[in-house]
Amino acid sequence: MTDHANYYHAPDLARFSEVGKGSPELWKAFNAWYGAVFAEGALTAREKALIALAVSHAVQCPYCIDAYTTASLEHGSNEEQMTEAVHVAAAIRGGASLVHGVQMRNHLDRLGM
Amino acid sequence: MAVMPTLQKQRHPLAGGPAQRLRLAAVPTGRTFEQALAQSALWPLRPTGLEVLQINVGKKCNQTCSHCHVDAGPDRTEMMSDAVVDACLGVLADHPFGVLDITGGAPEIHPAFQRIVETAAGLGRHVIDRCNLTITQLPNYRYLPGFLAEHRVEVVASLPYFQSKQTDAQRGDGVFDASITALQELNALGYGRPGSGLILNLVTNPVGAFLPPPQAAAEREWKERLGRGYGIVFNQLFTITNMPISRFLEHLDHKEQTEAYLGRLVQAFNPAAAAGVMCRGMVSVGWDGVLYDCDFNQQLDLPVDARVPRTIFEFERTSLAAREIAVGPHCFGCTAGSGSSCGGALNV
Repeated sequence: MTDHANYYHAPDLARFSEVGKGSPELWKAFNAWYGAVFAEGALTAREKALIALAVSHAVQCPYCIDAYTTASLEHGSNEEQMTEAVHVAAAIRGGASLVHGVQMRNHLDRLGM
Repeated sequence: MAVMPTLQKQRHPLAGGPAQRLRLAAVPTGRTFEQALAQSALWPLRPTGLEVLQINVGKKCNQTCSHCHVDAGPDRTEMMSDAVVDACLGVLADHPFGVLDITGGAPEIHPAFQRIVETAAGLGRHVIDRCNLTITQLPNYRYLPGFLAEHRVEVVASLPYFQSKQTDAQRGDGVFDASITALQELNALGYGRPGSGLILNLVTNPVGAFLPPPQAAAEREWKERLGRGYGIVFNQLFTITNMPISRFLEHLDHKEQTEAYLGRLVQAFNPAAAAGVMCRGMVSVGWDGVLYDCDFNQQLDLPVDARVPRTIFEFERTSLAAREIAVGPHCFGCTAGSGSSCGGALNV
């Protein structure tokens, strides 16, 4: 139990591993996969951190935003680059809404004369 | 460029070393640095050699950088006396140190700076000047680039970032532009150019409470950016972790980030970095002649092991080479991630 009633609480990020108590094997598998995902590969660790920062905003996870703001800085990205990554996420979210306007138009066509 | 009053000038509670040690000791870190070393079979920490004699000739500086672990600035008056300078040069002459590492403050402000460099170079020692770059642009110090080149001094120059916004935020308005001019002048003398033998290394500290980026990747990016933008060349980039003491500690407290930053350093403890920390190969001399394990311990008033001679006047190599190095929570700053030292990350 914790002494706070907020849904999001910054220090909870450090308690992430407690999720593993319910299923240690799944937690272990997640950790191994997660580590492999973020390792240097065809993309650099820096590029992956920026992607993660952008996705964190798209999925609106405050823990992820904190973690990947730090990670992006520690991989050498700067404020301008990180802000551009956030705009990419925002643009995709905005575009994803807007492209449904075609769906609207399709239905307009069906209903109209 | 704008300069701020030092913590000492402000009579800030964190101005003194003991107060900083007490503050750090009050931060819960989960385990002590001694415990971290012991778990890596490194406790007690001892030297692996005495290659570098580092002298901090004084706390006076023309800048007041926000992260400065010395709390240096124009209002500081502590300055190494002639007697201490002479004793340092005597020890250098009598003992097989390969390197004399001169730091401050801005060490070039010291009246004996030229004599120290000339004597050490005359003894055949490799001399390092830890230079803030902007000092070379002040009227009384315009001689410096030529003087340093003449004596083949390695310049280790501070530059937090390859853009002005971040650099000026840490070091003061106008510092970036003055630093670029200084680097271009050093390049014109051959510094940083292949085959010249004139070594120009840059040092970067993060502009904030996070660890530095991987050194090799950052060096590639800096070379590309400074080369393309300003025609600047240099040898190596050293990435150094901000030490949670002095002005940076005050900054962390102000931002309520002290516990989080210490936690980040502890979480990133790297035994391989601990094995290679700079204090294992050096002795650091304070402006007053007191001996320390490193420049950080110096600012925390944490001198060498009480069982060995504690001033440059009593220098005794054998016992110093076997001393127990004094450590504290701040030492996590040198062992986080890839490690951090006066020579940057430790390639571990």
